[in-house]
Amino acid sequence: MTCDEARILLHALLDGELDAGHAREVEAHIASCPACAAELAAQREMKHVLTETNLRYTAPASLRARIEASLPEPQRQQPTRRALLRGFAMGSAVSALAASGVVAVVLRQDDQQRILSEVVSAHLRSLQAGHLTDVVSTDRHTVKPWFNGKLDVAPPVIDLTAQGFTLVGGRLDYIDARAIGAVVYRRRQHVINLFVAQTSSTEHRSPKTQTMQGFNCRRWGERGLNFWAVSDLGADELAEFVDKFEATMKANVEG
Amino acid sequence: MPANDDVQRAQRFREAALPHLDDVYTLARYLLRDASDAEDAVQECYLRALKHFDSYRGPAMKPWLFAILRNVCNAEYARRAHSHSAIEDTPGAAAQTPIWQESEASPETEVLRSRDAGAIRKLVDALAEPFRETFVLREINNLSYREIAEAVGAPVGTVMSRLARARAMLRAAWTAEEERSK
Repeated sequence: MTCDEARILLHALLDGELDAGHAREVEAHIASCPACAAELAAQREMKHVLTETNLRYTAPASLRARIEASLPEPQRQQPTRRALLRGFAMGSAVSALAASGVVAVVLRQDDQQRILSEVVSAHLRSLQAGHLTDVVSTDRHTVKPWFNGKLDVAPPVIDLTAQGFTLVGGRLDYIDARAIGAVVYRRRQHVINLFVAQTSSTEHRSPKTQTMQGFNCRRWGERGLNFWAVSDLGADELAEFVDKFEATMKANVEG
Repeated sequence: MPANDDVQRAQRFREAALPHLDDVYTLARYLLRDASDAEDAVQECYLRALKHFDSYRGPAMKPWLFAILRNVCNAEYARRAHSHSAIEDTPGAAAQTPIWQESEASPETEVLRSRDAGAIRKLVDALAEPFRETFVLREINNLSYREIAEAVGAPVGTVMSRLARARAMLRAAWTAEEERSK
C-alpha cells in the first residue's frame, strides 16, 4: 500500500467503515510508516475534539411551526364526522333514521381505514434504525415468553424459517392507543411486521389484502385475535406468509 | 377540507420526517451559511418531501431528505450564482488542496486546543464544496459512507476521498489559526 492510498483509507479506518481485510492492510502500512502513523494519530485526535463539541444547530420553533402548519391537520377529521351527523339530524325523522345506518357504515369504514393507517405507521416507525425489535431472537421459545406480562394477550410466535420466513424477534408497539404485540420476520431483505391484538369476536375472518403507501397489509381474524401482516413484499408473497402462518398455527393447536 | 387519505398520509409523513428536522436544518446551515436562507430551504425541502412521499421507500429517511435538501440548496446557489459556487465537483479546488500537510509545515505532534463550537463552525464554514458537505454529513449528521453516497449521488470511493481531503484541510486551517493566535 502506498502512502497516498493510506492517507485516504485511514479515514475509513477511523470511521469503522473498512472490512477486516482492508483494515489489516492499512494497519500494516501504518505500523511500518511513521508519517502515516502520525497522520492517523492527528486525525484521531481531531475527530475526538469534534465529537466532544456540539456542532449541530437546532431548528427554530417558528420553522417547526411553519412546517407543521403546511401539513393537513389530523384533528380536522373529527369536525367532518360531527358536521355529517348534524346535517343528517336536521333532516326529517325518516331520513335521520335512514341516515344513522349510513353514518354507522361510514364510521366503521373510517375506523378500519384509520387502524390500517396506524398499522402502516407502526411498520414505518419500526424500519427506522434501532426500533425494529425489543427482543432479538430467532428462537420462538425466547420471543414468546418475552411478551408475558407485557400484554393482555399471548401472541402466537411461530417459527417459519423452514418455510423461508426468518423469525427475527418481537416488539411492543401501540395501535389505536393500545399496547400491541409485533412479531418480526424477514424474507430476504424485506421486513414483515405481524401485529397481533385481542378482539371480542371469536369468528374467523378470512385474510384480506389492502395497500397503503406502497406497503401491503394482510389482515385476518382467528380465535379471538386480530392479525395484521405488513410488509413491502409483493401481495403474493405476503399471502404466502399468511397461509403458512395460519397452517402452522392450526397444526400447533390441533397437534 | 383535505380528503381523509391526505390527512393520513400527512400523519405518516409527520411521524417519519419531522423527527429529522434538526438534522436537516443543521445541514442547511452548513450548506448555505445563512440562517434565514437555511430556514427557507428547509421549509421548501419538507414541502417537496411531502409531495414525493409516495415514492419514498424505507428504511433510511435521513439520506432521502438530505438529497431533497441538496436539490433545494443547489437551486438557491444557481439563483445567487454570482456570489457562490454550486455544490458539485470542483476539480480546480481539489487540485489546489494538498491531501496532507508536510510534517515540516505543520508539526503533527502538536495537540489541538479544544475550541468553542462557534470557532469550529467557522472553520467548517470555510471549507470549499463539495468537501464541506461530505464532512458535515459524516461528522455532524453521522451518516455512514453508503448513506452519504446515496444522499449526494456519488460513488462511495468519491465520498471517501472527499472526506480525507476535507479533514486534511480542516486540520490545516485549525493548526494555522492556532499558530496565528500564539
